[in-house]
Amino acid sequence: MEIVYVYTKKRAEFGRQCNFTDRSAELHVDIVPDPTLAENFIERNPVDSGIQCVQEMSEHEINTERFETGSRGINHTEGGWPKDVNPQEVEQVSRYRKKVEKDEIYVNTIQQLGSIMEHTIKQNNAIDIYEEYFENLQLDEVEDTPSAKTINVFRDPNEIKRTSTHISWFPDGPRKLAVAYCNLEFQGSSPDTSMDSYIWDVENPNKPEMTLKPVSPLVCLEYNPKDSHVLLGGCYNGQIAYWDVRKGSQPVEMSPIEHSHRDPAYKAIWITSKTGTECFSASSDGQVLWWDIRKMGEPTEKLILDPTKKQDPTKALGAMSLEYESTMPTKFMVGSEQGSVIACNRKAKTPAEKIVAIYPGHLGPVYSLQRNSFFPKNFLSVGDWKARIWSEDIRESSIMWTKQYQSYLTDGCWSPVRPSVFFITKMDGTLDVWDIIFKQNDPTLSLQVCDEPLHSLRVQDQGRLVACGSHTGTTTLLELSDSLYTLQRNEKNLVTAMFERETRREKILDTRHREMKIKERAKSSADGGKEKEEEGGEAALDEEDLYAKAENEFWSIINQEKKNIEKKKEADMDKADPGKQSPIPEDGDQDQGGEN
Amino acid sequence: MSEVEETIKRIQSHKGVSGIIIVNADGIPIRTTLDNSTTVQYSGLIHQLAAKAKSTVRDLDPQNDLTFLRIRSKKHEIMVAPDNEYLLIVIQNPNAV
Repeated sequence: MEIVYVYTKKRAEFGRQCNFTDRSAELHVDIVPDPTLAENFIERNPVDSGIQCVQEMSEHEINTERFETGSRGINHTEGGWPKDVNPQEVEQVSRYRKKVEKDEIYVNTIQQLGSIMEHTIKQNNAIDIYEEYFENLQLDEVEDTPSAKTINVFRDPNEIKRTSTHISWFPDGPRKLAVAYCNLEFQGSSPDTSMDSYIWDVENPNKPEMTLKPVSPLVCLEYNPKDSHVLLGGCYNGQIAYWDVRKGSQPVEMSPIEHSHRDPAYKAIWITSKTGTECFSASSDGQVLWWDIRKMGEPTEKLILDPTKKQDPTKALGAMSLEYESTMPTKFMVGSEQGSVIACNRKAKTPAEKIVAIYPGHLGPVYSLQRNSFFPKNFLSVGDWKARIWSEDIRESSIMWTKQYQSYLTDGCWSPVRPSVFFITKMDGTLDVWDIIFKQNDPTLSLQVCDEPLHSLRVQDQGRLVACGSHTGTTTLLELSDSLYTLQRNEKNLVTAMFERETRREKILDTRHREMKIKERAKSSADGGKEKEEEGGEAALDEEDLYAKAENEFWSIINQEKKNIEKKKEADMDKADPGKQSPIPEDGDQDQGGEN
Repeated sequence: MSEVEETIKRIQSHKGVSGIIIVNADGIPIRTTLDNSTTVQYSGLIHQLAAKAKSTVRDLDPQNDLTFLRIRSKKHEIMVAPDNEYLLIVIQNPNAV
């Protein structure tokens, strides 16, 4: 180290206190301003500088590490025996026992303990100290407000999240959930997207209990109600596969591509049969196929959903939802992409006769279709912005419907234990619970389950647990409050009455509507045979006719408007003459009448 | 018949008594009126519970000791009479007709 400057001070003066004294100011240096230096600088004018008038803030995020739990088991066996005694050997055990029984301490102890024990037993038998005095007293039923709480959330464990498209409950008790994961956006999945679907243990959201590995992502997954080891899945590429959980993650068998659906197999359902091996599936390619998992080579039966009943694949309606009620094994219903609901009967003689009735349905795809388990004649359909309840007998319109929602509906189903309760999931991430006895114009309970669209919904058979799947693969398990899954007094009668009343009302409206039409027809036929063609078309409104009609209507409106504008111009020009103004509004009125 | 058998028979004859087990200090069932698997389960679990109860009472007050343990449950009552060497376990359903 080089010493640059040295200060010296006597050692004796170290640490002395300083003495401050007053003295007059003295000038040490005086530097005179040098104007030439200023020439080296350029003045900046104007000067820009940013100023914030609000307080500056910053945001930081920290994610705590997720706590991973695992399950471990320990098997306890019988122990505590002396080393030379094997508890498995009956002889050794009884010999040891005999030895103990001869022990004097043993005899004495037992006698002594026996007397204490007898005392308590007698006490118990003499008086019931836990007697419930007010057992038969009926508590006033406390009307708790309906609610639901989240029990568990199961997230898609993959990096690239997929929609949980379908949920199925384990048939023997609410212990497991099978969830199908698939990205439904057209060409939306990258090659890195996982194709696996999972079976979750309800208690453990950290890790799926089992992984199902299909060759194409699953859009639906269904437990076999007869054999809880077997699951049926419909793939995005249209194939049908089935798994046996005892045989591992790979599907046991798959339907060959050439005999499968050409579009995603949106729904697959097990049929109640003796063998428990039959099932059927529907797809947006307009086919319903029946299968037997013992023979997956080709479908056992086939139906094309052609509303004209000609089995023409070009006119087929794509199926989005499928309904099957085990108490009516031959009947089923299909909800189409175009919005109509098709009731079918499997046991009809000809394929054409299998389509029994077509209900107008919705303005968009029917996402869910389910019969009420108490009143199978009435079914719920979910599509566009409304959920509708139908009666099988009324084919023109639904008997009840919910209000027009702000967001699109995605799924819905009835409560299996209460005939008046149904659930709806929506695009805004809410789950709505309707109780049509309690309120008809609003849901009883509306619950924000997550911030993203919900996609699927399934209620457990006991009606207490509801699982909702979301767009990014989050499956939320909810528990409902008591009142939502306990049958209310007189509920069945009230619902019967309500359905009957609404059916009757719809019938009356329908006949009235028809009468009016007949009258109109009579009137128009009196006016001339001009509209006869239209009448003929009305019975089976051909699509082309509809287009032509709409086009004509459009042009007539346009022409009218043009005329109106011209007239208005004329009127403006003739404003001086008040007599000419009056025809214009009258004309307008007539136009409106004409449009109708 | 030995005195022990007599005692057991007497206890058994009381109303609602459905099982008697005698367990030694190691938790080994010596004498039982129940089947083997039930006995093993009862003796293992009750032995542990009784030991815990005993140590709890002693921890609270070293001069004190556990004399009797009643476990009241929905279905029945498990009564445990402890001793240094042996445990007498009796299962009784007092509400049984």
